[in-house]
Amino acid sequence: MQLPDAEALCTALAEAMRPRVDPERIALVGIHTGGVWVAERLHAALGLKIPSGSMDVSFYRDDFNQRGLHANARSSHIPFDVEGAHVVIVDDVLYTGRTIRAAMNELFDFGRPARIDLAVLTDRGGRELPIAPTFCPHAMSLPAAQMLALERAADGGLSFRVMEK
Amino acid sequence: MNFMSASGNPQLNKHGELNHLLTIEGLPREVLERILDIAAPFTGVAEREVKKVPLLRGKSVFNLFFENSTRTRTTFEIAAKRLSADVINLNISTSSANKGETLLDTADNLAAMQADMFVVRHASSGAPYLIAQHLAATGRDHIHVVNAGDGRHAHPTQGLLDMYTIRHYKKDFSQLTVAVVGDVLHSRVARSQIHALTTLGVPEVRVIAPKTLLPTGIDRLGVRVFNDMREGLRGVDVVMMLRLQNERMQGALLPSTQEYFKSWGLTPEKLALAKPDAIVMHPGPMNRGVEIDSAVADGSQAVILPQVTFGIAVRMAVMAMLAGNS
Repeated sequence: MQLPDAEALCTALAEAMRPRVDPERIALVGIHTGGVWVAERLHAALGLKIPSGSMDVSFYRDDFNQRGLHANARSSHIPFDVEGAHVVIVDDVLYTGRTIRAAMNELFDFGRPARIDLAVLTDRGGRELPIAPTFCPHAMSLPAAQMLALERAADGGLSFRVMEK
Repeated sequence: MNFMSASGNPQLNKHGELNHLLTIEGLPREVLERILDIAAPFTGVAEREVKKVPLLRGKSVFNLFFENSTRTRTTFEIAAKRLSADVINLNISTSSANKGETLLDTADNLAAMQADMFVVRHASSGAPYLIAQHLAATGRDHIHVVNAGDGRHAHPTQGLLDMYTIRHYKKDFSQLTVAVVGDVLHSRVARSQIHALTTLGVPEVRVIAPKTLLPTGIDRLGVRVFNDMREGLRGVDVVMMLRLQNERMQGALLPSTQEYFKSWGLTPEKLALAKPDAIVMHPGPMNRGVEIDSAVADGSQAVILPQVTFGIAVRMAVMAMLAGNS
């Protein structure tokens, strides 16, 4: 199967957001790990003023009782005041929607944002929660047995890879 | 029923994951490192608007303190609450045990109240083991047991928070010289520290104490023993002071606390023999003017209050790991 070009999608995502966001006022929060890379690209491409945050949703996942604590949990870092902010959550792939629910729950523990949008590179289908992206330049359909992951090469280039679960 | 898991370590489940935390002795290095790694992101929770994460939402944690404690009980309580657990504190020295109820009857009653975790402090070595063993033998090992200090045996979360503190300031264990100083004989903290330090690969662990306050066979733990404090402190990176445990002493092990301070108290003059960037730790509560001089306790090299703060994150990590390994 032909995988989408992650670099081209980063550009397309930035162009989709440009007319609809105020670079002085929006703040990005990338979800570890792919979403953090995409947020870095968007921050530069859109010339945003507020530093981006990063989030690891391990402490908010809904499968903790089945799967335990994620082995590589990292700190979430939100360098701006969430209270009253316009936040765009950034992730590489939108799938079940459970990660986004966890991210929204975590974000609210930092304060009450005025608005939250969602930007992703691609929507692979398979939603299990009523969550839809605000900005999404690409959609595809993947079987549940496959995992789509963003990877970053040593030179910083982004690409997609499919793995069997 | 066999209490020992497939791995031979009663603290680990059949997948080799931590099911109870009873002692650091015998735990693989990877397990210790994993706890320290997981503790790091928990330190950030206290800086949020809402100082809580939902990992243990709906779980009941029972603090069973058969022996007095303020700091340990409070930090376990805060840790459990920041994980969103419901916390029930039982101060058993003033309750049913005084009416004659046995340890295991107490555990059975609390298990019947749908407990998910016991945090146990007891004056007798082995009490948390006994509870864990009893739960396993009666098919209830989904209830996790955390040892919060048993007799002279072990205080694993104190040992772990000390390791977290050392790693925070020194980054790496592989080049360090660490001294454990004072009343090793009565100290469960010292035992947990020594096992943790050697497991994590500290090349030189020193124990500095008068002969009367050293247990026999201490040298078998892989430490260098010093009976002269000045000699032992020379060139160390970390000084871990122990509390002089007067309440546990029977007979004349020491001339007087003043005499003790003269020979074994950490003063600025003695600390100057350690490396210039050496850190000073103490598990609390401190006896100022007995094992540590106020000028050192309040000085720039002391990391005693950060130890307390890190202790909450380490206890959150331990409880979250256990609860997630059901």
